[in-house]
Amino acid sequence: MSLVLSVSNLTKIFPSGDREITVLDSVSLELMAGDTCAIVGPSGSGKTTLLGLCAGLDNATAGTVTLCGHELNGLTEDERAAVRNKHVGFIFQTFRLIPTLTALENVMVPAELRGRTDVRAEAFGMLEAVGLADRTHHYPAQLSGGEQQRVGIARAFINKPDILFADEPTGNLDDDTGSAIEDLLFDLNSTSGTTLVLVTHDLDLARRTGRVFRLKMGAVVSEASNTAGPGQGIVSELLPPTG
Amino acid sequence: MNTWTLKFAWRDSRGSRRRMLMYISSMVLGVAALVSINSFGDNLKQAIDAEAATLLGADLSFEGRAPFNDVIEALIDSLGGEQSRRTSFSSMAYFPLTGDVRLSTIRGHERGFPFYGEIETDPPEAASEYLTGRNALVDATLLQQFNANVGDSIRIGTVSYRIAGKLVQTPRETAAIMLFSPRIYVPLSEIDRTLLARGSRADYEVYFKFEDGRDADALVEELKTVLRANDIRTDTIKEEQEGWDRSLSNLYRFLSLAGFMALLLGSLGVASSIHVYIRQRIQTIALLRCFGAKTWDTFRVYLMQAIAMGLVGVILGSLVGLGIQALIPIVLADFLPVDVVVSISWGAIWMSSGIGMGVTILFALLPLLTVINVSPLIAFRSELGVDAKTPRNWMWWATIAMIVVGITTFAILQAPRVLVGLSYSAGLFIVFSILWGVAQLMIRILRAHTPKKLPYVWRQGIANLYRPNNQTLVMTLALGLGTFLIATMLLAQHALLQQINLATEGDRPNLVFFDIQPDQVAGVADLLEENGVPVIDNVPIITMRITGINGETIASMRADTTRRLTWAHRREYRSTYRSKLIDSEVLVEGELVESVDIETIGLIPVSVEQDVAQSLRISLGDTVTFDVQGVAIDTRISSVRTVDWQRMQTNFFFVFPKGVLEEAPQFNVVLTRTPDAKVAGRLQASMARAFPNISSIDISLVMSVFDAIFSRIAFVIQFMALFSIVTGLFVLSAAVMISRFQRLEESVLLKTLGASRSTVIKIMLTEYMVLGILAAATGLVLAIGAGWVLAEFLFEVEFVLPMQGLGVLIGLEILITMVVGLINSRGIYERSPLEVLRTEA
Ligand SMILES: Nc1ncnc2c1ncn2[C@@H]1O[C@H](COP(=O)(O)OP(=O)(O)O)[C@@H](O)[C@H]1O
Ligand SMILES: [Mg+2]
Repeated sequence: MSLVLSVSNLTKIFPSGDREITVLDSVSLELMAGDTCAIVGPSGSGKTTLLGLCAGLDNATAGTVTLCGHELNGLTEDERAAVRNKHVGFIFQTFRLIPTLTALENVMVPAELRGRTDVRAEAFGMLEAVGLADRTHHYPAQLSGGEQQRVGIARAFINKPDILFADEPTGNLDDDTGSAIEDLLFDLNSTSGTTLVLVTHDLDLARRTGRVFRLKMGAVVSEASNTAGPGQGIVSELLPPTG
Repeated sequence: MNTWTLKFAWRDSRGSRRRMLMYISSMVLGVAALVSINSFGDNLKQAIDAEAATLLGADLSFEGRAPFNDVIEALIDSLGGEQSRRTSFSSMAYFPLTGDVRLSTIRGHERGFPFYGEIETDPPEAASEYLTGRNALVDATLLQQFNANVGDSIRIGTVSYRIAGKLVQTPRETAAIMLFSPRIYVPLSEIDRTLLARGSRADYEVYFKFEDGRDADALVEELKTVLRANDIRTDTIKEEQEGWDRSLSNLYRFLSLAGFMALLLGSLGVASSIHVYIRQRIQTIALLRCFGAKTWDTFRVYLMQAIAMGLVGVILGSLVGLGIQALIPIVLADFLPVDVVVSISWGAIWMSSGIGMGVTILFALLPLLTVINVSPLIAFRSELGVDAKTPRNWMWWATIAMIVVGITTFAILQAPRVLVGLSYSAGLFIVFSILWGVAQLMIRILRAHTPKKLPYVWRQGIANLYRPNNQTLVMTLALGLGTFLIATMLLAQHALLQQINLATEGDRPNLVFFDIQPDQVAGVADLLEENGVPVIDNVPIITMRITGINGETIASMRADTTRRLTWAHRREYRSTYRSKLIDSEVLVEGELVESVDIETIGLIPVSVEQDVAQSLRISLGDTVTFDVQGVAIDTRISSVRTVDWQRMQTNFFFVFPKGVLEEAPQFNVVLTRTPDAKVAGRLQASMARAFPNISSIDISLVMSVFDAIFSRIAFVIQFMALFSIVTGLFVLSAAVMISRFQRLEESVLLKTLGASRSTVIKIMLTEYMVLGILAAATGLVLAIGAGWVLAEFLFEVEFVLPMQGLGVLIGLEILITMVVGLINSRGIYERSPLEVLRTEA
């Protein structure tokens, strides 16, 4: 099993007027290929900031991020873009479909950014996989929230990424639609073997991942494993029982 | 460049294309102005080249201020070819039927002229028939002025002519020149020779046509010395062509610079639309970044869109320009010596399109630079609080530098000289900076000091001008510049009118009689008395030439090629003698000598005007020898005066003391003041009957001619200003389009809160009205500044605002702003909240 993401002593400080806010304080974590993990924590605890740093969307104040063998700190913006394009997929809370593109075209974007031109069939296959074969030529405004997120998922998987970052993927959906999206996400993940990083405050969702990182005041206050036997107890402590 | 950029740019523009067309509209007129003016310039050049020969009407002409002497006559004889002479002079034209008179330029022609082209008359056959007897061709405007018709008679001097036709177009003369002094063509053999008596001015010309293909320019070069020595001026087809080329290309280049101004404003409008457009695309850009798009790839996506917009704008602009091109010869008709045939000039279209494209892209680069600063993280943040500022980095400054260099280069290329181009671009930056500053100030003041007591509708309307992404500044700039140009012309014209009134007000003379022989002075005075008007002044005038300065003759100075002789050395001076200064003169040096005894004085003390003294390089104490009609008179400069030439007075370069010139051949000028135009007309008519050689000028008439000429110039400039105004209105349309969604939201919100439809519309109208007021005020502040400078330093009158004219201008501007705003807002304020939420969200 290869190391996909390795974060060590990651610190992020934002200037805020004449003061500074430390949003992340020496966070370290490691994820292997095929791992699923959830980052949980209250609003404002730095989840999105951590995700952004892991995905190479931002520069850390201190610490290192190594993504699929690339040490991100030393790379230029365009080099990091290339790493993202090759290895990373994204799913957003607000779907972030490009409103002027059809569902199919939205799915094609990451593949086309690789310089590929023959991606139509592949994108269609992805839409089929998420159950939207009959909506390929619809624009985002013509799709429901759940459908839009399905397109988002299809788009995230089209480049067969090594790691997928999802920021509150079900945050804007009702429960039923949300769990359908969750099922889809975990299905695709298990078939493709992609490493999955989920940011959520939905504890049910967190429960479905292999590992859970809990952020509080910028630090990982606890880490638990949902699958490994001994870790089960910790997670039970960590997460209130569902029901 | 990969195909993805293009493909994505195309897809990304979906749903915005109609809106983008609106954005582009603001640059269309600027391109159209350039296309039409530059095409017109090419047409004009073609017309002048094609009709070069008709501009002169011959291959070569000689022109002298006196009948040709024996040397020149012999020369003319030896040149051979076909020849045709003409003699021109000013004289009163008298219409016996109505008793009207007006000073006119009389041209006595022989058969032959013009050898090329023709005199255009109505009826056409009159152009050749008038030479067969005592017939005259009369300027159409003169006939119109006195309600005279073809077939009536007209008297010049003691000779009566039958009016054979109206002059429509003649070689060498434009409609604007005709305004100054109407033309009357008569046969040379039929002119009243007594009108050419010594002392009165006349031009003697001979026109040549060479069948043997002789090179007229080479001939002129060859004969230069002898012609110069005899004060003969020459003209050839080439000289005439070059002269017109120069002055007309200056004219159209000036217009083209005015068009360029409209283009700059339009591009500014496009750039500010793109700025808003990019802001609406920030999420898309961030998303592309997340998925691994390179910085410059995303930049190129939007650059492509900007280029495409520019291309469409340039094509539309060229089409509109081709339409406007047909209008320009009509606007400039009075200033053109030839008929301009409108035809497509691809060169002009390519050049103007290139300039339009270049300027638009340069301006668009500023907002486009925002793209490279968009962080992919924005995709994870909500739209609220997304703020991607255009970076003020080296690229931004480099773009600014390119814009400045581009504008300056264009100005230098268009201007006749580098310095003029530089000053134009400097002037442009100054005007823009001042406009920008004033607009900014007004906008800020209004925001900070919106009266709290205003009704809600007003406050909301004003507040709307400051909504996020507003285009208030650009609109104020464009509309303000147009207002500035139009208002400045209005103010200048008003100042000119004031100057005209000033010139003839109080007890200043308003009617001048001249070419009066000394023995006629008493008769003239009697006639004035009979008509109950005073002799305000009776000024003797003696014509003379300078033959030497400080003991050196002009002839020897002429031979010395290192010395540059000026017009001041060569010209014929008309001097007077009197014992005191008049109120248009100020003594700066020395003393005016009242009178001298010619037997004892030796060198005669004379007074010289300051500017001509400079041209002659003479000062107090220098000696000047004059040839006063054959008699040499040695003088010494005893005083230097300044003269206010703008005063309608009989002003002179040289003033002699009394006691010297009394016996020299002279003529007199008598000034009087008539209570009204009717008396002036009657008096002029009786004078023309009693003394046919005496001419008169009604000064108010001259002034109204100045006014008429200026109106035509102002009309051309105001026509150009229209481009700015309409560009401003297009920017307004685009701005309303851009803020469409915000406006929808606002109106939905207001309606949800219970506002009636009419309240919502009133708020919107207030917004457009205040915008109109802002723009008008901005332009006006600048125009008043310029108007003050013109009044104070050019026209030298007290600066007064023509309230009525300005009021109409501002009223119209506000009205148009409101109407255009309203038209573009169609549909926004009608919709029901629910409908809006469903379709636009
Ligand atoms: N660009 C920024 N500048 C300053 N503060 C920021 C910036 N981005 C995020 N923050 C702050 O960092 C903290 C963590 O934000 P975020 O990572 O979005 O939290 P979460 O996703 O867990 O809700 C918040 O307090 C937020 O205000
Ligand atoms: Mg977050």
